[in-house]
Amino acid sequence: MSTPTGTPPSHRGPLRRLADFLDDRTGYRSIVHEALYERVPGGARWRYVWGSTLVFAFMTQVITGLFLWASYSASAQTAWESVHYIQHDMAGGWLLRGIHHVMAQAMVVLLALHLLQVVIDGAYRAPREVNFWLGLVLMLIVLGMALTGYLLPWDQKGYWATRVATNLAGLVPLVGPALQQLVVGGPDYGHHTLTRFFALHAGFLPATLVLMLVVHLALFRRHGLHAKQPPAGPDAMFWPDQVLKDAVAMLAVMAVVLGVILVPALRTMAAGGTVDWGHVGAELGAPADPSQPYAAARPEWYFLFLFQFLKVFEGWGATGEFVGAIVVPGVIMAVMFLMPIVGRWNLGHRFNVAFTFALLAGVGLLTGLALHEDYYALWVDRGSLADAERLFAETGGDERKIAAALGGDRARIAAMEKRLRTLEKVRNSEAFLAAVRQARIDAARASELALRPERIPPAGALELVRQDPATQGPRLFAQHCGSCHAHVDPASPDAATILAKSSAANLHGFGTAAWMTGLLDPNQVAGPAYFGNTAHADGDMVGFVQGDLQDAEAWTPADTQAVIAAMASESGLGVAAPDVVARGRELVASDERCGSCHRFRDNGTELGTACDLTGWGSREWLAGIIADPTHERFYGASNDRMPSFGKAADGGAPQLTSEQIGMLADWLRGEWYRKGGGAHR
Amino acid sequence: MHPETSPPVSPEAPRRGFLAKALALGCGGLATLAPLGAGVWAILDPLRRTSGAAAFRPVTDLAAVPADGVPRRFAVVADRVDAWTGFAAEPVGAVYLRREPGSDTVQALSATCPHAGCFVEMNATGTCFRCPCHNSAFTFDGGIVEPSPSPRPMDGLECRVAEGGAVEVKWENFYTGIAAKVARP
Repeated sequence: MSTPTGTPPSHRGPLRRLADFLDDRTGYRSIVHEALYERVPGGARWRYVWGSTLVFAFMTQVITGLFLWASYSASAQTAWESVHYIQHDMAGGWLLRGIHHVMAQAMVVLLALHLLQVVIDGAYRAPREVNFWLGLVLMLIVLGMALTGYLLPWDQKGYWATRVATNLAGLVPLVGPALQQLVVGGPDYGHHTLTRFFALHAGFLPATLVLMLVVHLALFRRHGLHAKQPPAGPDAMFWPDQVLKDAVAMLAVMAVVLGVILVPALRTMAAGGTVDWGHVGAELGAPADPSQPYAAARPEWYFLFLFQFLKVFEGWGATGEFVGAIVVPGVIMAVMFLMPIVGRWNLGHRFNVAFTFALLAGVGLLTGLALHEDYYALWVDRGSLADAERLFAETGGDERKIAAALGGDRARIAAMEKRLRTLEKVRNSEAFLAAVRQARIDAARASELALRPERIPPAGALELVRQDPATQGPRLFAQHCGSCHAHVDPASPDAATILAKSSAANLHGFGTAAWMTGLLDPNQVAGPAYFGNTAHADGDMVGFVQGDLQDAEAWTPADTQAVIAAMASESGLGVAAPDVVARGRELVASDERCGSCHRFRDNGTELGTACDLTGWGSREWLAGIIADPTHERFYGASNDRMPSFGKAADGGAPQLTSEQIGMLADWLRGEWYRKGGGAHR
Repeated sequence: MHPETSPPVSPEAPRRGFLAKALALGCGGLATLAPLGAGVWAILDPLRRTSGAAAFRPVTDLAAVPADGVPRRFAVVADRVDAWTGFAAEPVGAVYLRREPGSDTVQALSATCPHAGCFVEMNATGTCFRCPCHNSAFTFDGGIVEPSPSPRPMDGLECRVAEGGAVEVKWENFYTGIAAKVARP
């Protein structure tokens, strides 16, 4: 068929003559013929498409991967940065990365379908045993590429998932620790972890895969297609009958992949919103930070079953992890490798099919369980657990106290224990969901910082995040200040609950006119938002606000307003008419008013009785009081419990560095980089 | 060539076969277009990039440029963005500054050779510029010394002396190897 007949050479068109020339020199026609004209016994079928879709998925990964490679930089200071650049700066980068990311997941699904089809059809039986084994190895390589690819963006998600995976590799008997160190590229995670994972992901693994795939396909051709019996119709040719079905399936796979990427964006557009294409496609978390816990750490969904499986062995210690992560998966792989041999017997084949289905069911069940645990709080009404919550708060979860509280009624105790377990699950789930929310906030903030006009410093994006008041302020506050101080908008619905638990002033809006207005309000000054829960609750300031300040003749409302304006002007967080501010400053300085206790600028009042109000609420003032409230400028000897965070105890280091104190001050003042500028708070 | 594998094509096949072939190629091509298109789109991204508008940058003080007609080399310092990394106040290139005796006017020449972009240096005897790559030679005011492979004289840069004596140069890069002096975007 490949030899043109009938037409003399001189009458053939130039294209035909070029083709003849090439065929004469290369014999390409017979190669193409060989490749395309494969007999498909019983005709083309949809069930045969899975292998081809897998080859297509792999080709997609090679194409997108090579293009991504052209822009990716594997080092701890540039991996996240270059991926962020691909995602947010490069034209079409989001689409390229999105396809690579989603197709990787599609590939895992296609692998499962291909395996399922082969096992159900018994296509592993003689003479195809070796090819089945090759297929299993190919599957492991694909999973290996998924695992290594997850780390490459060097974000929190990939970083922590990889730490877990490599630590599990360390459990392998004898060679484990050495294996782990080799993969990680040293005792710690860093540049060489990335270069090695990248070399594995884009070099060793795909090269091995291609070699194996060539043999896999060659053997497939040698054995011919394993036809499903009984045949559906007369034999057909691979080209074009089966190829057409394969191509339609490939197109469908690509349509699904594009759908996953584009549907959220299209929805936004349909709702009239504008789409930030940098946030379409694959997610990118905050830059990897070994010093920052990441409670949202989960492996990619197709490894979630392993993650959940390890929980079965909770309480077994290292043995449990060894069994769960290495022994059981190892046994499962061994059974799968034995399938062609077991399958020689009819009963064996049934066992194989049953085993595969059981395996998939188990994987599905574990994945479902993992998701159920994580998202439990979404479908449980916490209000219905109010009684359990109350009881838990009263008893601290102590079993005997719970029993006593329920009057020793066994049925009630059992029911309550069940409800307490539910409550714990809800709490764990809420913590996870909160961590996911926080991870999104941190990721968005890191991205906002990376897109500043100054871009990322040479030290990397982590440096930006670590010096960002908006990111670090809340963390530092929660760790060092939050056990006493509240930081809650007084107008928020849960303000009262939070304030009741605090034992020092609410620092939300500290330095603003609103904050100062509350301080000078007789109904608030001794409340929980100000001095109420402190040693100063019956101090001079409270006495002044509730006494002298209420004398409308001595202190007109205009005077109070002027003082508020002057103080907000000291912090730089308030704007008022200059004459009002000037009047306020006079009042603050006057030794018959505030100045009788407070130093203000050069009013000459001795320090030591009350805070120096010069520059009150400014960055410098805040940094000063955080560093050392016992300084005579601040509370001096009357300081109530507040540690001197910037002062080193004998020979030690201070609790907070001056950089950290500065970030806390900036955060309290609402001063941090915002896209397009923006006002305070 | 393969008489033994005569395909069992049914009689109505040719037309249906053509449609199936076209559809198969169409579907496969369309599916492959997505990754290929996204890749080409992204790899062409550098074409959108510019190095930013040329701006005057302080290079040195007038006092540091002796009025003896001999060029001196100075680094041009500027903020620079390399893809995602921002560098503050980094040396981005070099210029030769020269002042005639008794003059307050400074002439600035880019140190980049207009021939192939090498770094032009002074010749061994200090009598003219010489490029170490292909021996392009230039007079102190940038003119070509024949024979020279360079298609044009050294690239002059706009230069001004600000109040207070700061010498500022309008830093630009030009395409090399052509007779016309054309600034890069």
